[in-house]
Amino acid sequence: MTIKHHLTESLLMGYAAGSLPEAFNLVVASHVSLCDDCRAAVESYEALGGAVLDDAQVAMAEDGLADCLARLETAEAEVETAPPAPRSANRAASLPAPLRDYVGGDIDAIRWRPVGGGVKQAILPTSKSASARLLFIPAGSAVPDHGHRGVELTMVLQGAFADATDRFARGDVEIADEDLEHTPIADIGADCICLAATDAPLRFRSLIPRLLQPFLKI
Amino acid sequence: MGSWRLNDKKSAIEVEKAGLSRDMALIREARDRAAFARLFGHFAPRIKGFLIKSGTEPSVAEDCAQDVMVTVWKKAHLFDPARASVATWVFTIARNRRIDLARREKRPEPEDLGWGPEPDQTQDETLVMQQDSDRLGTALAALPDAQRLLIEQCYFGELSHRDIADVTGLPLGTIKSRIRLALDKLRHAMGSTP
Repeated sequence: MTIKHHLTESLLMGYAAGSLPEAFNLVVASHVSLCDDCRAAVESYEALGGAVLDDAQVAMAEDGLADCLARLETAEAEVETAPPAPRSANRAASLPAPLRDYVGGDIDAIRWRPVGGGVKQAILPTSKSASARLLFIPAGSAVPDHGHRGVELTMVLQGAFADATDRFARGDVEIADEDLEHTPIADIGADCICLAATDAPLRFRSLIPRLLQPFLKI
Repeated sequence: MGSWRLNDKKSAIEVEKAGLSRDMALIREARDRAAFARLFGHFAPRIKGFLIKSGTEPSVAEDCAQDVMVTVWKKAHLFDPARASVATWVFTIARNRRIDLARREKRPEPEDLGWGPEPDQTQDETLVMQQDSDRLGTALAALPDAQRLLIEQCYFGELSHRDIADVTGLPLGTIKSRIRLALDKLRHAMGSTP
């Protein structure tokens, strides 16, 4: 599998820094599950976060260490010594592990709701600052009248779609803004399943210029 | 003689950073409380400062910094020195605590690659990871104040419009390709190709 459309550095850094809304984090975690390049970028931004800690020092309370050592006693019972059951690199599964956590299973567990024209969707439970949903587009069909509010990230999980900008296959992410009028059409070979996340227009407004940056080249 | 002093100071920092990995190993292998106390002395004030700069009340930040350190104790067996420095790993725990504190929401994590601390991992990998991390810290400290603040704002929850690597010339690209190589190697060792 060759991923052609990656996340922007701003999104990768935002994920590492913890400044993105949950729905966008879900797209990043899903993409990173399939993309070693972006995983390496996230880990390097986390290393930068570790270095940033050096510049943020505030003295702890005098009895802070004593308090904490006392808490270790009660924590001892909860100490985990065995690694958790691997949340598998399950190559047979179609959904990356972070998405399976939200769906409660693989593709066959998704509870679809029809939205017209054979297209179906399933809203995923995330915090309200942005929304995430799965989209099912029948092979050869177009997504009907697709308006954007704010920024929308669309990641392909199965099949592929094409619009005026390019073709997007498994693992690819399309980053769209309010100005992009597009009519994604699923490839004829297979039904297309995507994960789409949109930020609500009134919140995380300051994200928008960051996400547009790669397009505007500023 | 200025450069002699600088080298002296630098090696003191290197000794301290090398001590962090050793203390982490002592916690993991021997549940060593003295090692924990040393890690606490190093990281707790940094975590507290990170939380306060991110907008947390000081009294809450004190408590949460302790929480994070308790998590370090509980999850010590998950720390893999070939994949991240101690500072990087502690940062991710503090960041997740902050997200939970500020927004009460989950943070989706990527799929595991099915690795953990390898019994036969070479000292070299650990050393290279620590050296990369030290180099990044040195590079960050050497930046002009304005650029360093720009980066810090990204991590303290404020957003920046700039591409950090381009603006600052930090060696992120090198670290990224090194991590990428390590991932390739691990995938190869696991017999799966992406």
